[in-house]
Amino acid sequence: MKLGLENFHFAGGFSVISKILLGGVFTLLLPQVLSAEQIRGPESIEFFDRAMRFFEMRDHSVRVVALGSVLIGISCGMMGSYVVTRKLSLFGDTLSHAVLPGIAIGFLWAESKDNLALLLGASFAGFLGVACISLLKKFTKISQDSALGIVLSGFYAVGICMLTRIQKMDFGNQSGLDTYLFGQVSALSTNDLIGVCASLVLITLFITLNYKELLISGFDPEYARSVRLPADILQYLLWALLAFCVITSLQVVGVILASALLIIPAASASLLAKRMSSYLCIAASLGAISGLVGAFLSFLGERLPTGPLIVLTASFLFLLILVFRPHHGILVCWVKSRLQSHRIAMENTLKAIYQVIERHNFSETSIRMEELMQRRNLGSGECMKEVNRLSRSGFATASLDPHSPSGLPPEKRVSLTPKGWEYACRIVRNHRLWELYLTNEARYAPDHVHEDAEKIEHVLGEETVRELERILSNPRRDPHGKLIPSLVDIERGWLG
Amino acid sequence: MNNPHKPLEIHDLTVSYQRKPVLYGIDLEIEEGSLVGVIGPNGAGKSTLVKTIMNMVKPNGGYVKIFGRAPKAGISRIGYVPQRETVDWDFPVTVMDVVLMGRYGHLGWLRKIGETDRRIACECLEQVHMLPYANRQIGNLSGGQQQRVFLARALAQESSLYLMDEPFAGVDAVTEKTIVSILKGMRDRGKTLVIVHHDLASAREYFDHLLLLNMRKVAYGKTGEVFKPDLLQKTYGGRLSILSDMASKSAGVRVIEKEAYFTEK
Repeated sequence: MKLGLENFHFAGGFSVISKILLGGVFTLLLPQVLSAEQIRGPESIEFFDRAMRFFEMRDHSVRVVALGSVLIGISCGMMGSYVVTRKLSLFGDTLSHAVLPGIAIGFLWAESKDNLALLLGASFAGFLGVACISLLKKFTKISQDSALGIVLSGFYAVGICMLTRIQKMDFGNQSGLDTYLFGQVSALSTNDLIGVCASLVLITLFITLNYKELLISGFDPEYARSVRLPADILQYLLWALLAFCVITSLQVVGVILASALLIIPAASASLLAKRMSSYLCIAASLGAISGLVGAFLSFLGERLPTGPLIVLTASFLFLLILVFRPHHGILVCWVKSRLQSHRIAMENTLKAIYQVIERHNFSETSIRMEELMQRRNLGSGECMKEVNRLSRSGFATASLDPHSPSGLPPEKRVSLTPKGWEYACRIVRNHRLWELYLTNEARYAPDHVHEDAEKIEHVLGEETVRELERILSNPRRDPHGKLIPSLVDIERGWLG
Repeated sequence: MNNPHKPLEIHDLTVSYQRKPVLYGIDLEIEEGSLVGVIGPNGAGKSTLVKTIMNMVKPNGGYVKIFGRAPKAGISRIGYVPQRETVDWDFPVTVMDVVLMGRYGHLGWLRKIGETDRRIACECLEQVHMLPYANRQIGNLSGGQQQRVFLARALAQESSLYLMDEPFAGVDAVTEKTIVSILKGMRDRGKTLVIVHHDLASAREYFDHLLLLNMRKVAYGKTGEVFKPDLLQKTYGGRLSILSDMASKSAGVRVIEKEAYFTEK
């Protein structure tokens, strides 16, 4: 018995996931491969045919399915916004698992898949679960997350036991109760749709009527109580609506993944939204998109469970937002850090060229590539790359030395353009000013300042430089006795 | 004297957590227009006092009256500033949203925020020098800025009694000066302010009244009269051991009595 139960859940879960992955990848990305392999079958034609059928929405069943998934996506997105901002993510998960025994009881009571009986049973079990959590929290020292864990797994275990028994009963075979585990949108009936609509209307009504009360009790419950808002009643109403929302969405997403549809769109919205109103809108639209795309994918593939596909779509959207969102997105951050490290490398090369020219007492305008390599401590390939980057930006030019001894390959030389010279002077000035500031004002030892200045020189703004010059009264020499290029030098073009 | 009741009146207040007394026999009457600092060592019951006044903790004995009314009805006249750590600063609200929350007490259910509320919120933000940040998400503020937003919310509430729990915690020196000058300005306009404070050194110049608290009221009065070495020694220099022992025992007794009472019934 025990073994059977484990198989029931895990084997089911794995086979579903592998089915989705394989099926999804093959049907979506490689339709032509699929058709090549299955010439005998009519499925190649069916792919586009089915897609057309879905978007034309001629079939009644397709309309019900698409509408149901979208509406559930919207209501879960909105409820999820409150679940996530109030840090109740595990609560939604617990609730969805806790209703499972209720569904089984409802089925046993009505001896058929009667919607009303299932709904009543699920509501009863859901509220029992919430009551258990509240009691555990009130009368024991068990923390909220442990209480949620206990109720979640306990109720779920009871539900699985009962469902397994039902499957073995006479009337159980055609019950189709396993759709509640993984969700099957094709099992959605018009009656279910009414329930889904009702829950969406209730949720929208509740949120619009109590928008500011929910905002304040979510952000600062203590303060909400101090202005005599019924924060606890709001919380309980929110839980009740959450239960209703979860129960109506079970048909589509299933018990195991119901919380995902609550959490993922809302978590994606949290990456983008600055205010609660936009948070709600983004979460609801992401939920709707996930619902529609998930339903479409499940319609394309033969007997693919809808719930996992909707959740996969939502997760994919989450990933997209994580990578591509403005300001803090992974891509933007990566590009920014790449650009910054390029700029720093370029500035260091410019500085190295300046330093080599300085070593020759500014007698020559160009330097040998070899000297730059030594100064920058780079290989010839790396160094050439840097110089090329500089010349692309118009800061330097590379040329072959016409005076190099005959018989040997001509030597490469680098010279700075006026723009590059100005830039190099600025960096050297920043570096030396900062060194002087550290030794004179912050009382650093002269041999402690170089490393710090290596970093600061790249971030010192023009305003700070003016400030430093004022504090140090326009100095000419750095702590090591080297000349600090001044504005006049930069404009004149050459030091000397 | 158009208002015969004192803003805050506490009589023989005892509060205990799980049989351990935190406050014991507190008597206090605060006059209108005073700026009161509540000081005492860690665990002296400062925050518990605030929570009891705010009706979040039920007292075991004694009572609190706010303008002559029980806390349940009276707290609507209090502008409350909780400790900064009690809220989630990643919540999707802007600075303006938070300050507008100060107006919610004046609005009923289903009433929308109006032009007047917005104008008041802007004025309050201006007072704490935070108007340029009005559209920022609150998570992108420094600790001092967050505290100033809280203060602006309290200002927007237009209460007559204010209760603030450690408004100077984790705040830089400049912000602290700004907050103090705002608090003094509020007092000059006739508001009553009770402020929990942790720093003994600055208490003397910030407040005109001080409540020295260490489980019981050590002293309450004008800062000049109360800020005396012997009283401070009493507050900070260890508890009166016999009293605290007895209080622990009696707190236990009270609970036992209650249990006996319930079983009899």
